[in-house]
Parts: sequence; structure tokens; C-alpha cells
Amino acid sequence: MRPVDHAEASSHFIEATAHLEFHDRRLWDLRLKRDREAHRIAEWEELRNLASAIKEHTLTHLADYLEQFEAAAKTNGAHVHWARDAGEHNQIVYDILAARGAKTLVKSKSMLTEECDMRPFLETRGVKVIETDLGERIQQLDDEPPSHIVVPAVHKLRGDVSTVFARTLGSQPGNNDVHYLAETMRRNTRPYFLGADAGMTGANFAVAETGSFVVCTNEGNADLSANVPKLHIASIGIEKIIPRLEHLAVFIRMLSRSALGSPITQYTSHFRAPRSGSELHIVLTDNGRSQRLGMKDFWTSLKCIRCGACMNTCPVYRRSGGLSYGATYSGPIGIIMDPVFDIRKYSQLPYASTLNGSCTSVCPVKINIHEQIYKWRRVMAERNQLPLVKKEAIRIIGKVLSEPRLYRAAISATGLAIEHLPRFAVYNWLNPWGRQREVPEPPKQSFRSWYLKNRTGQ
Amino acid sequence: MTSRDAILAAVRANAPPPAPPVPPIPDFAPAGGPLLAAFNERLAAMGGKLAAADDGATLDALIATLFPDAKVIASATPEVRGTRPLAAATAPADLADVDVGVVRAAFGVAETGSVWLSEDELKINALAYLAQHLVVLLDPAHIVGNLHHAYRDPRFATARYAVLVTGPSATADIEGVLIHGAQGVRSLTVVLRPL
Amino acid sequence: MRVGLFIPCYVDAFFPEVGIATLELLERLGIEVAYPLDQTCCGQPMANSGCQKDAAGAEALFVKNFAEFDTVVVPSGSCAHHVREHLDAIAQTPQVEKVRRGTYELVEFLHDVVKVDGFPWAEFPHKVGLHNTCTTLRRLRTAKASEIEEPLFSKPLDLLRKVRGIEFVTPDRADECCGFGGTFAVFEEPVSAKMGYDKVADHHRAGAEYIVSADMSCLMHQKGCAERLGLDIGFIHIAQILNGSRA
Repeated sequence: MRPVDHAEASSHFIEATAHLEFHDRRLWDLRLKRDREAHRIAEWEELRNLASAIKEHTLTHLADYLEQFEAAAKTNGAHVHWARDAGEHNQIVYDILAARGAKTLVKSKSMLTEECDMRPFLETRGVKVIETDLGERIQQLDDEPPSHIVVPAVHKLRGDVSTVFARTLGSQPGNNDVHYLAETMRRNTRPYFLGADAGMTGANFAVAETGSFVVCTNEGNADLSANVPKLHIASIGIEKIIPRLEHLAVFIRMLSRSALGSPITQYTSHFRAPRSGSELHIVLTDNGRSQRLGMKDFWTSLKCIRCGACMNTCPVYRRSGGLSYGATYSGPIGIIMDPVFDIRKYSQLPYASTLNGSCTSVCPVKINIHEQIYKWRRVMAERNQLPLVKKEAIRIIGKVLSEPRLYRAAISATGLAIEHLPRFAVYNWLNPWGRQREVPEPPKQSFRSWYLKNRTGQ
Repeated sequence: MTSRDAILAAVRANAPPPAPPVPPIPDFAPAGGPLLAAFNERLAAMGGKLAAADDGATLDALIATLFPDAKVIASATPEVRGTRPLAAATAPADLADVDVGVVRAAFGVAETGSVWLSEDELKINALAYLAQHLVVLLDPAHIVGNLHHAYRDPRFATARYAVLVTGPSATADIEGVLIHGAQGVRSLTVVLRPL
Repeated sequence: MRVGLFIPCYVDAFFPEVGIATLELLERLGIEVAYPLDQTCCGQPMANSGCQKDAAGAEALFVKNFAEFDTVVVPSGSCAHHVREHLDAIAQTPQVEKVRRGTYELVEFLHDVVKVDGFPWAEFPHKVGLHNTCTTLRRLRTAKASEIEEPLFSKPLDLLRKVRGIEFVTPDRADECCGFGGTFAVFEEPVSAKMGYDKVADHHRAGAEYIVSADMSCLMHQKGCAERLGLDIGFIHIAQILNGSRA
């Protein structure tokens, strides 16, 4: 199995000029909106420090807080299930549905359910699953994973959406009007909300002291999924726990500001207990989180609140698109999470970065993302996950640079080569630098030679 | 070993050195200016509308003016009669044909332009989502400064379902174009009216 | 004051004028500058790929060359950052720690240590776009990063403002990475080139006649892009402007 080749995928993304330009501009705009909102809050950096401290305290005492959450949730009348991995998660969800004869499930966006690949599991067992977030539904209908954790179809233009809807929902082919497309989705989804046997949500935060969890959406689709059917299932990663309600204020103030540059999502919904006559099931899921907790250099990636700000600011992500990372989590946060799921498949991802550090600067919970990307490179090298060509090239460069005479010989050889070889010999497929850039002109003498001549009289 | 025990054991075994608890979160007094003005500005920025309630006109009349074509008006508050009574036994799906839902919010939040609703204010939670339009009565004296103040409200710990609603349902998932009425209400109108 | 001068490998090989300008500038400021002849590289190219074993040789050689100096100055933000924060492929002896601690990027050195108050010999009557490299901006923190809510400050601007005739233009995305990223430029060439093209086009639209930076590596990449695009922009290192280069 070959590792995901981000560079190769990115070259295709870049070739689609109109899509690239929109993608880059749209996400940069979200970054600018985020800046504007952050600027309005004098205590912004202090909020980041608080958010980071709350998460680090909670994660280092996670078992206690999980037990507190479970006890409170059960007192509230919710059922609490525990899933070790994706397979268990999916089985638990299916068993809950099957026990009640539930055949249709409406759900709001949950990266955890994507991570567990839940939909195909349920669908092959006869459960119809309807994504209700517009971006997620577009992707479901197009049989493509979401590309961004907050705006799942940001890589598509309206014409693409129109094509998908015409093919799957019977909308007017060629009608690209965004309002028409959104209205099409609204009318198509409404009967599902009204008739579904069960609704499913994820959770942005789970509060240990009250046993409640919070779901943030702009469409209200989580509220419809949870408040119309008589059965509400919530998939919650164990790292989503925070201790108290007062802590929620810190995160809710920063989540939508970081994600979209709006002060809050249109709906911030708090579920503590089932509606009378309904059932509430919570599936607390591990799926690699406890393992990541034990990684000295990487456990703080568990602080992530899934805002997507790192993706919006990442210049590489904006020019390559989330799908080029080949994983549920893409962009900077994806790079530091994905190798835990599959080190070989994602061995090249840490190199899909310039280590510029913008991600770290926008992260509301102060994950040192770019430093973790750097550390993952060391892990890849130590675990022999580098491609052979690269490994060899670096070994040779390392050797040359560790011996002064070898180094000086290499410099004059390179300079001579550039100066004397014909253009086609310098600029060809062997030289990636030269595909779209000019190679620097070799100077008459190196600095060292100048220094010898001008400062030591040699 | 149950999954629960396995997970808790793994979490305990892998726990990094303990990080200290966080001291009480400060209040962060909101930026200067009267709360109502800030609330109105934020509500508008989030796509919500504000309707002035003349002392003279009844609320039913106001709603009729705002929504002249509305046939089904369901009110969760005794202050508005509406056309469709809401009972505890009403199934959520029965509200599918509601044109205008009317509720009274428990309080508002100036920082964000949000209003707070729970099952007590909604009677049927789905009312705020299945109606095509939502009208929210709000006592301007019940507007708190920011979310830190909001989360102090004891009702967060007792409500089964509590939602901070900010403007109408929205999305910009297709080419960043802003749409109101994505899946939930197409419009949200706040009527300032003391309780 | 006596300092050891570290000239990054690509400056030595391709842009000796930057090394010369750095040396001359420090001498003008009354500093005694020594250049250890057997230096090569700080180890960054290998270390940034995660290959600690392959970086060890260069790192050891670096420490050996600069062991005698309390202060090392280098006209490169990324090299200074690597030495201070990541030079750990070799055993951390007191000598290694001393060399690491005492290594400064040129702007840091001029602004914080020498506290230069003027460059009377310098004049640069051109429109200039300042490219703050990601390392100097977000690691060494020589200027306010646009993402962080903090008071405005900029060490390179403080220095450049003392140069007669200089005029600044600001591109749209001043803080966005230019796409060099070391080996990224080769192994992720499509995105790297696109980022470089976007960066130089941005400066060009803002009216920059020159792009100036504290890292010649970024400039090398941007220059390569601009030349291929046929854009008429000059690329110059901050040492050259401060040392009195007119063009």
C-alpha cells in the first residue's frame, strides 16, 4: 500500500484554476474574518491561554472527568455506551437502531462518525443514513468524503453542486443559482427530518459537571435531527470533555470566531436529558485517543476543538485542498493526528508543510501544530518511513555538509554545472526546482574565496 | 473486561503529568456601551431582525403585519394567541406546516445577539426549527453582557434542552454565498417587550 | 566586541554578496568579525527532514567551528532558529549549549545587542516590500505576526526606517508564507511554486521595486519564480541595504 502522495494530488488540484482560486480566496477570507473578530476582543490571547489550560488539565485527568460525566449523564436519564474503536462504535450504533427497528437515520455533522466510517457500515445493514449538513449532504450524494471539517464542500463550485443535485435529486440541470440549490436541499431533506426513526449528532463539547453536551451548527440541522425523532444518538470522542459550564463560555466565544469569523454559530445547543417520551444515547468513543494521550510529543493534539482555523490559514491546504491529504482529518491538524491511525499510509503528510507556523498562531487552544509536524518528521525518519530516493539524497547531502573539503568541491562542481551545462540539462524532470523557477546564477567566487582574498591576504 | 474499563484503564495508564486546574474564569466585562445597542447590532449582523412593538398594537396584530400570508401561527407563550394551540402531547412532526412560531426567550446575550430558549420556553423543541419563521419576545432588561455571564444562568444545569439561538438558520456551504433558511427558520424576528 | 560569522551554505555558494555585506556592515559598526574557514552548514536541511543521524555531522562541525565564540551572527533567520531551537542531533555538552545560546540572526543582533541607532552610509531610494520570513516572524519573533493580538512592533522595519530614501509598500498577504520551506521547495514543487508565484505577484501589484528579507533562501525561491514569470522585481538581503548597497 503506497503512502498518500500529497504532492501528486496537489498538482491536479492546482491545475483546476477556477476551483483553486475560489478555494484559496474563500478560506483566506475566513482567516481574515477570524482576525477581525479576534481583534474586537481585548482578552483574545488570554482566552487562548485559558482554553489551552482547561484542555490540558482535563486531558491529564481525563479518566476522572469521564467518570463524572457518565455519572451525571446517567442521572439525567441518558444511556452511556463506551466504544474502544471504530468497529465497536459502529456496532453499538447499529445495535441501538436495530433494537428499536429504526430504518432511517438523519444526522448532523460529526467528524468522529467519518473517522469510524459509520455510514457504509449502517447502510450495508439496511439503515438509510441522511446527512443533513448541506456540505456533508453534497459530499454524500457525490460519493466523496468531506474535504474540510467545517465547510465540507468548499472545494466545489456551484456548477459542481448543480450537477450533483441534478443527478441525484432531480433538480433542474444547469440551474446554478445558489439560492435555488439551497432551497432544493431544504425541500428534499425536510421529509426525512419529519419521518426519520432516529437522529444522530456529534458533540463539540461535553460538560462533566452536568453530563450535558453541546452541538454547534449554523443550519439548525442538529436540532432537527435531535428534536423530531424519538431517538437521539450522540457520538462523542472522549477528548471532548471539559470540566464545568463556566469553561464552556471560553470555548463558545472562540469556536465560531476561529472557524468562520462570526461571534457564535446560529445554534449552540445544549443537550442534558432526553425529551419526555424520547431516548438519549451517548457513545463515548476512544478509537486511538487514549493511545495518543500517551505520546509525549503529540498528546496535546487532543486539545483540538475542530474549528478548522488551521486549515483556513494554511497556505499549503488552501492550494491543495483537503482531499489531497487522503484522510478524515486534513490540513495541519490532520498531519499531526493521522499518522497515529496509520503511520505508513500517512508517512508523507508531515512533509506537506513549510513549517511556517501560522496554524499554531491561530489555534484557539494553542496546539503547537508546526512543532508537532517537525517532530513527526523525526518519527518518520526513525521508523524508516521516508521514500528511498529522499532518504539517500539526504544521507549524501549530510555527508557532504559534514566535511569541509567535500562541501567545497560540491559547490564548485555545482557552480560549474549550472554555468556550463546547456539549459535542457539543467531544466528537466530530474530537477523539480527548475520546473517553474529559474535556478540561481552561480557567482564568480564563493564567500569563502572572497574572504580568503580580501581579509586574509591569501 | 468491558470496553468502559478498558478505555478508562488505557486513559489512566497513558495520562501525562497532571496539569493544574484552571482558576475561576474572569467575567471579562464587555466592550463599553449600553447592552441593548450592542445586542441589536449583533443580532442584525447575524441576520436577525428587530421589530418594534407599539404599545398600542397587540402582539397578534404585529405578527399579522409582519407575516400577512401566514396561515398557521403557533405560539408557545400565552402573550400571543396564534392559530394553532400547542399541547405537551403535540408530536414534533405535527408542526411541519407552521408558518410562524412565537416564543418568549428567557434572556438575551449582547456579545453575540443570541436569545436563550429551553423546553420551558419552546413547549415543543422542534417549534423553533420546523416553523418557517420564528418570532422571539425578549425583555430588554433580561439581556446579559457576554457568554461568561450567560453560562452562570442556573437553568443550564436544569434544562433538558437549552439553545442559544442567534439569527435565522444559515449556511454558506455553496461557494460562500450566504443563505438564510438552510434547514431551520428562514427568518428570526426579535420583539423587545418587557415581561 | 568579537563575533564569529556564520555564512549559510547557499549564501556561500550562490549569494556571496550577502555574506560580504554582513561582514562589512558588522565591521563598520566597530565589531571584530572572525570567519572560521572550515564551516559548512548548521544541519538544517537534514534536520528539517527529520534525519537526525544525517544532521549530526554538520551540527558537530558547526559547534567545532564556533566553540571559541560567545556570540555567533548569521544573516539567516532559519539557520539561527535551527541552531537555537533544534540543534540536538549531537550530545548537549556545555560547549554545545553555549554556542547554541549565543547564536543570533543579524536583525536580532543589530536591534537587540548592538542597538544600532543609524546607518549614515546607507541610502536606498526605492519602493520596497518587506518579506518577513516565517521563521523570523513566528519563531524568532522579530515582528508582530498578523495572527496574534498584540501591539505592533517590527525590528527589521525599525532598522530599515533609518535608511535614507527608502519607501515601503505593503502587499495584500504580507505574512503569508512564500512557499520555500527548505526541501518542501523540491518535494512539494507544485504548491511551492504556486505560493512563490502568488507572493511575488502580490508584491508586484503593491508596487514593490525590490523585495527585502532577512533570509536569502526565501528570496532565492521568490527570485526564481519572478524570473520565470518575467516580473521586473529586484531581490536584496537586508544586510545589503543596511550596508549601503544602492541597488
